[in-house]
Amino acid sequence: MQTTGLLKAGGLLYSRDLRLAFRRWEQVTQPVVFFLMVTTLFPLALSPEQAQLRQVAAGVVWVAALLSALLALEFMFRSDYEDGTLEQLVLSGQPLWWLALVKAFAHWTVSGLPLVVTSPLVAASLAVPTGAMMTVVASLLLGTGILSFLGAVGAGLTLGVRRGSVLLSLLVLPLTMPALIFGARAVDMAIMGDEPAGPLYLLGALFILSLTLGPFATSAALKVSME
Amino acid sequence: MWKWFHMLASPPHFYRIAGLTIPWFGWPALVLILVGLYGGLVLAPADYQQGDGFRIFYVHVPSAIMSMMVYGIMATAAAIGLIWRMKLAHAVAAASAPIGAWFTFCALATGSLWGKPMWGTWWEWDARLTSELILLFLYLGYIALRSSIEDPQRADRASAVLALVGVINLPIIHYSVVWWNSLHQGSTMFNPGAMSIEMKWPALSMLFGFMLYYGAVLFVRLRAEVIRRERNAAWLRQELAL
Repeated sequence: MQTTGLLKAGGLLYSRDLRLAFRRWEQVTQPVVFFLMVTTLFPLALSPEQAQLRQVAAGVVWVAALLSALLALEFMFRSDYEDGTLEQLVLSGQPLWWLALVKAFAHWTVSGLPLVVTSPLVAASLAVPTGAMMTVVASLLLGTGILSFLGAVGAGLTLGVRRGSVLLSLLVLPLTMPALIFGARAVDMAIMGDEPAGPLYLLGALFILSLTLGPFATSAALKVSME
Repeated sequence: MWKWFHMLASPPHFYRIAGLTIPWFGWPALVLILVGLYGGLVLAPADYQQGDGFRIFYVHVPSAIMSMMVYGIMATAAAIGLIWRMKLAHAVAAASAPIGAWFTFCALATGSLWGKPMWGTWWEWDARLTSELILLFLYLGYIALRSSIEDPQRADRASAVLALVGVINLPIIHYSVVWWNSLHQGSTMFNPGAMSIEMKWPALSMLFGFMLYYGAVLFVRLRAEVIRRERNAAWLRQELAL
């Protein structure tokens, strides 16, 4: 009974999700504000000295970005779950893994991409040299993508669960540690003036893995939660 | 084969079989662990470098091996439960998680105790220690997800999905941590290469003892799980002579 093509259905879902997100503007801006605030805490807590900040900058940017993206993850399916839209999507006859992929991508556009865009600002405030900016942006582009596609599984599993947001972090954080390791490593190498290609390639591999396998696990998780 | 499979999966049948097998796992486990402890703590010669301090090895290494093996069994059981919708397989996965988490904790705790006299520190961000710690987090996440979903069938299937995602990630986590660490510092401190036979057999005895112990505890937990799920069934009343 599949009447609409995959691409058309995906495009419709994507534009719908974006429109809804931008009508609730604060949901888009809150993770970014959180990102800026958390990174402000570090100079206050550690030391405002440039040399010292530069040493921890890679870790701080990455951990802060990860936590900010995690904050938004909870809302990936929640409102659709509560108002029944998700049920309609499951029943729509479109493959659920495809819808899960599109929804994760839409979620990334409104929660991950703003973090990537603001990251040079944050990095500059932590005394990251200009030469390393491209690596910061590239690594976070891949990293937030990984978190969206991998986190979608956790968001699907914790739908309708009490205190789901804490649980979601418990489930997703251990899985994102490899991404954190390679991402922070790449940024660190770039700050020290080394060639960061190695960890970036590994990060890319992780991104492709989560992009290809994540949606299938997400669709399984959604089916379990919709029962 | 399938008939046997289905018979095993029926709760009353399984309950009885599990009850019969527990002593077959439990007693050999006790004997092997006692023999292994005696062999490891008394008979084995002291290490020429670490002295008697190395003897914690006999608890540490079997626990670490078990922590990974149990996760493998848990994920396999979860996959069987998801694919063939077999309740018993889900129950095996659910019962394995706390046992595996304890083995992981034991491996970490003994490793920490061992590290203090040998490396001079309770905790080292060594690749193996770190991946073991992440393994503990995975177990805890699994247990947390299970306990926060009330409907048992939904909890079964949701946690099974998580266990499978975790098992795909486990090698990635392990290797990423190894690479991360090798970027930071040299290779790890201990190599298990040269071990004489009188040092080795108690460790094997302990390992098999731990495996059998796992089997025994697994069956005890499974019986408890069957009782919990079938608490209103007539056969259970008869069985327990209530």
